[in-house]
Amino acid sequence: MKSLDELAKIRKEAKNKIDIRDSKGKVRIVVGMATCGISAGARPVLLTLINEVNKRGLKDVVVSQTGCIGVCRLEPIVEVYKSGENKVTYVEMTPEKAKKIILEHIVNGNVIDEYTIGAVQ
Amino acid sequence: MDFYRSHVLVCGGTGCTSSGSETLIDTFNEEIKKHELEHEVKIVKTGCFGLCEVGPIVIVYPEGAFYAHIKKENVATIVEEHLLKGRIVDNLLYEDAKDDDRVRSLDEVDFYKKQKRVALRNCGVIDPENIVEYIGYDGYKALGKVLTTMSREDVIDEIKKSGLRGRGGGGFPTGIKWGFAYKATGDEKYVVCNADEGDPGAFMDRSVLEGDPHSVLEAMAIAGYAIGARQGYIYVRAEYPIAVKRLEIAIEQARKYELLGDDIFGTGFSFDVEIRLGAGAFVCGEETALLNSIEGKRGMPRPRPPFPANEGLWGKPTLLNNVETYANIVPIILNGSDWFSSIGTEKSKGTKVFALGGKINNTGLVEIPMGTTLKEIIYEIGGGIPNEKAFKAVQTGGPSGGCIPAKNLDTPIDYDNLIALGSMMGSGGMIVMDEDNCMVDIARFFLDFTVDESCGKCPPCRIGTKRMLQILDKITSGKGELEDINRLEELAKNIKESALCGLGQTAPNPVLSTLRHFKNEYIAHVVDKTCPAGVCKELLAYHIDENLCKKCGICAKKCPADCIDGVKGKEVFKIDRDKCVKCGACMEACPFNAISKK
Repeated sequence: MKSLDELAKIRKEAKNKIDIRDSKGKVRIVVGMATCGISAGARPVLLTLINEVNKRGLKDVVVSQTGCIGVCRLEPIVEVYKSGENKVTYVEMTPEKAKKIILEHIVNGNVIDEYTIGAVQ
Repeated sequence: MDFYRSHVLVCGGTGCTSSGSETLIDTFNEEIKKHELEHEVKIVKTGCFGLCEVGPIVIVYPEGAFYAHIKKENVATIVEEHLLKGRIVDNLLYEDAKDDDRVRSLDEVDFYKKQKRVALRNCGVIDPENIVEYIGYDGYKALGKVLTTMSREDVIDEIKKSGLRGRGGGGFPTGIKWGFAYKATGDEKYVVCNADEGDPGAFMDRSVLEGDPHSVLEAMAIAGYAIGARQGYIYVRAEYPIAVKRLEIAIEQARKYELLGDDIFGTGFSFDVEIRLGAGAFVCGEETALLNSIEGKRGMPRPRPPFPANEGLWGKPTLLNNVETYANIVPIILNGSDWFSSIGTEKSKGTKVFALGGKINNTGLVEIPMGTTLKEIIYEIGGGIPNEKAFKAVQTGGPSGGCIPAKNLDTPIDYDNLIALGSMMGSGGMIVMDEDNCMVDIARFFLDFTVDESCGKCPPCRIGTKRMLQILDKITSGKGELEDINRLEELAKNIKESALCGLGQTAPNPVLSTLRHFKNEYIAHVVDKTCPAGVCKELLAYHIDENLCKKCGICAKKCPADCIDGVKGKEVFKIDRDKCVKCGACMEACPFNAISKK
């Protein structure tokens, strides 16, 4: 190691990889990954979300998965938790919709109403 | 894809390894491959999480699900349910964490609520065999800061101001020690890490080395810069194979990244570290004996002064600190001395790691701010005494410490308070005892250890502790006289004053403290010839309660000495005391709890 910059660079790369272990004060995007969700196509949605978060270098966003939320007919379901705000439930997700959610909701802070469970029901 | 959506942390500390965590990792790898998750899920082997009682421990992030008592058979379930389908496997979660269905995380477990992890900050969090993870958690940043922005005096001042005291037991102010080594004149100086943890029941140094070896290397390099040394040695006992292996890996990686070696950060500062293996002799934890052992001589102490800071390894100035002391250095440099000194009590700053053991529900490793009371540790963090037994005493400081009774449980823990109670901080072993422990027997246990481990150089320790043990043997076997108690006390005080090194001087502490707080038990052994706790075999007699005996004869069948007589179904059974070998087999066998020992 010949300089502090070199160390900082390694630290930055390593931080991206281990950030997942600290979810305090972060936005949590949870994908329903029960049998119903997976068969409705939740896996590509999950991978798209992860890719987008990673590509944009969103430090404070954690993508995780959960089991069956109960409304199997509307799977794939994605829920977004931001601290201090109500949780938002998106339904009938696709990889394309997932990309939009990252851009509009996570980055710009606007909930996409037409994808939410309220709009569908 | 190099970005993993899920991290599975498997504890690789000695405790969990001995209950099979290595095979868990292999099984996880197989299962993950089977489900083609190897590019999504990362398995990380970490150091000790602390809650050894419920090991092997597995934590899955980002959910932070805390799985306990994980067996090989459970792995497939975790992979299929949690990793593939995202369903947390409730029945495998640690029990206390079960109630809360949202969080289920480590921080919410009672065991961790009162803790503050400074020395253990990375243990159970990072992969100790991967330097990049350490760097990711700000590793080697403190070394960089010191080398590029601080003078050697600045570093020593910062440590002095932090109020850090030696965590090996004595509690000498670390900054002042660094100052002595800095001022000592010599063309060559050394930095030494004492990792010879010998106290029965203590394992915090081992856990730091296993879980976060780089934090010790980084701190030693900082110390090297501060005092003007370019070579460090870690003296670690060979009984800690996992710690040794992780240290070797860490040193090799640090050299590869040029964080050890020549011209670190291009500043011209050079520093390297080597490991020296000890054979696991208790006395080699004493600083002068340790230095002798590194030099290849017999591990025996020598009188001080001269202190190692002036005449240490090969007669050169040497700075010697314990593992846990070093583990505190990096956070002090990064967060500042003000931050550190805001934790703890007036005279004892920061936190202290304790190894909780004995009659306590949550055995394991805990780190608490100084000033936490014994009661908080035992009841809130430790979860209290198992089987609804009554608390009797807590032994701190190993063979150099003593027993603290129930009436002092509200004492805030710091160096001076523990000494005032006749015990000491020591390295941090904390053994909890309940009503079934005999305090005379406990004193005998520690004395037996000291006699075995005495290096034999000075007569007070070699002969004196042996004589004390003989008296204790006499008392526990029912042959003691009142005069023996006085002899014991007198002998103890003499050894304390005349032994050569710290180990001999503190060896009588378990006896003195039990005499101070539990003299009635000594008197019961000597005068009434009974052992109130029912431990000392030769003072016990087994007895069958006539009213409870159902005349089944099971006890007579189980008795190896054939000393129980009676007629099945007709007559109450009786024990022939003269023939009885006091093995306790009858008491265990009796389905009606009719047999007791008193």
